[in-house]
Amino acid sequence: MKTIVKYVMLDLLKNKIILAYTVVLLIISFGVFNMDENATKGVLSLMNLSLIFIPLVSIIFSTIYVYNSSEFLELLVAQPIKRKMLWLSIFTGLTLSLSVAFLVGIGIPVLLYEPSLTGLMLICTGLFLSVIFTAIALFASVRTRDKAKGIGLSVLIWFFFTLIYDSLVLLVLFQFSEYPLEKPMIVMSMLNPVDLSRILMLLKLDISALMGYTGAVFHEFFGSFAGSILSFVMLTIWAIVPLWFSVRMFERKDL
Amino acid sequence: MKYGFAILLLFISFLSFSRAIAVGGGKKYTSVKKAILEAKEGDTILLHPGVYRESPLVIQKAITLIGVNYPVLDGQKKYEILTIRSNNVVVEGILFRNSGRSSYLDIAALRIADARYVTIKNNRFEFSFFGIYSQHATSCIIQGNELRSDAKDEINSANGIHCWKSDSMQITGNRITGHRDGIYFEFVTHSLIRDNYSFQNVRYGLHFMFSNNDRYEGNTFRDNGAGVAVMYSNHIDMHRNTFADNWGSAAYGILLKDISDGVISGNRFLNNSVAIMMEGSSRMKMTGNLFSKNGWAMKVQANCMDNLISGNNFIANSFDVATNGDLVLSRFEKNYWDKYEGYDLNRNGIGDVPYRPVSLYAMITERNPPSMMLYRSFMASLIDKVEKIIPVLTPVELRDNEPMMKPVKL
Repeated sequence: MKTIVKYVMLDLLKNKIILAYTVVLLIISFGVFNMDENATKGVLSLMNLSLIFIPLVSIIFSTIYVYNSSEFLELLVAQPIKRKMLWLSIFTGLTLSLSVAFLVGIGIPVLLYEPSLTGLMLICTGLFLSVIFTAIALFASVRTRDKAKGIGLSVLIWFFFTLIYDSLVLLVLFQFSEYPLEKPMIVMSMLNPVDLSRILMLLKLDISALMGYTGAVFHEFFGSFAGSILSFVMLTIWAIVPLWFSVRMFERKDL
Repeated sequence: MKYGFAILLLFISFLSFSRAIAVGGGKKYTSVKKAILEAKEGDTILLHPGVYRESPLVIQKAITLIGVNYPVLDGQKKYEILTIRSNNVVVEGILFRNSGRSSYLDIAALRIADARYVTIKNNRFEFSFFGIYSQHATSCIIQGNELRSDAKDEINSANGIHCWKSDSMQITGNRITGHRDGIYFEFVTHSLIRDNYSFQNVRYGLHFMFSNNDRYEGNTFRDNGAGVAVMYSNHIDMHRNTFADNWGSAAYGILLKDISDGVISGNRFLNNSVAIMMEGSSRMKMTGNLFSKNGWAMKVQANCMDNLISGNNFIANSFDVATNGDLVLSRFEKNYWDKYEGYDLNRNGIGDVPYRPVSLYAMITERNPPSMMLYRSFMASLIDKVEKIIPVLTPVELRDNEPMMKPVKL
């Protein structure tokens, strides 16, 4: 497994996209922090970046990578290696390189300019989102042999989690505004990794506003030790479940 | 020189009349009650260290009661400890402990009743019901006291410094915590509240009702159940106060309800759920304040009018301004808003495009609070951006025509 991970990483380094991704993130982060004296504003901008841009790059890049290395996969499948091992190695290589890119591109500037709990939370959720969306990408790409279809599916999934899901939530909020929605809202936020990450960040950034109204419920839940453990467990599940499904599909797939 | 000599003579004659009476173990008196009874106008009672359980005590002549190293007057949770019913009384350096409690009587650790020129200085109050209660008092000084109680809920607790129908009071440098309201004013006029620190009280840090022409400055109100409330009053000046960490659905840095003609300047509002809540307020001037990291910097209800909000800094608040209607009769000008995205072509430091501090999402959460969950999502910022360009739902009139490009120097 180690050898495959090594080769995947080497391959990723060679195609330079990860390198470019790191540099772009680095430039944006330093730019954002230097533009304004107010570091909180910088964290806010980076939060938007890591909630929208990071999932998009992770999911598209991973999907394309898997399709492009289909010959490499076919070759390795012919070797005496378990398919599960092979697939997990690809996943590990991809997440490792994307996570390192994120850590260097956003993690280092954040630690330099805003080394607070808020900053740490930003790094944490960003890492989780990288891993989760890589797992989802593997799931999307194993489902279909057609590259265009696979990428389309990935983009759709990304679009669903960043925009469509929130619109549906808003619809529910207004349709059922007569009912107490605080607890269903917590459940609904658990069902979308982007929302979950965003709320974890909100609790650090907008705690004053959240303490009014529904916030009290949110804060009681997410702010408590059990709640934050549960949210991180939930994020982990969000990474494991698509990966597990993709492994199962890959094991049975007729290449 | 002639006058000076005369004054000196007068002073000496005063000194010769007043005696010092020592109370304590091994002293002439062991009972405070007896010492008060024996004392004449102008005498000084020196209370030596020890625990005195003889309340209720009543002072009905102009004497000075001074504690040496904080002797304890204990109310054993039954009595009002000390009542002052005379002018020119001074109480200093005493620890009042365990005043009585009652659900139908206003029992205080120390009560000033119908008196003038009373000075309460550098005392400590522990586990009192009401701490210092002043009724029909005039020109009294309450200075440097430390009040600490153990209030759990609003019903079974009472206020730290409570003033009712008083005038020209000076309340300075006190520390109040664990009471219902830190400082409570009802029908109190021409008074000054300065440099007090009121924190972790169950309800309000400071509570004003029907009190006109008062001034409070340099105070800090932190982490109180519901912040500070100023209601049904006029001509109140508030300067250089700090309102911080008041969190909750009904917690305000300061709640202005039916008040008028006041000035709010140079204050700092930090980390409050709502920094200023205005309801039925008119002709208030707010200048040079800092609003930082609040949930809502201001909530201005539609029934407010002729207020001027100018030269303030709004930095890192979740929402700048929220309102509940379309009618806007207050004026915003020359404030610095960190969310402002306009430009300044002629470089005069004032943005060329008006700033609208009410965001659509603030309106949405006002109407449907749980939608706070979607705050800062891609969709929410999309909605806000569209509304900024073509305002449809947010009140068009609520805008700052001359937003500053850089923070105002405070």
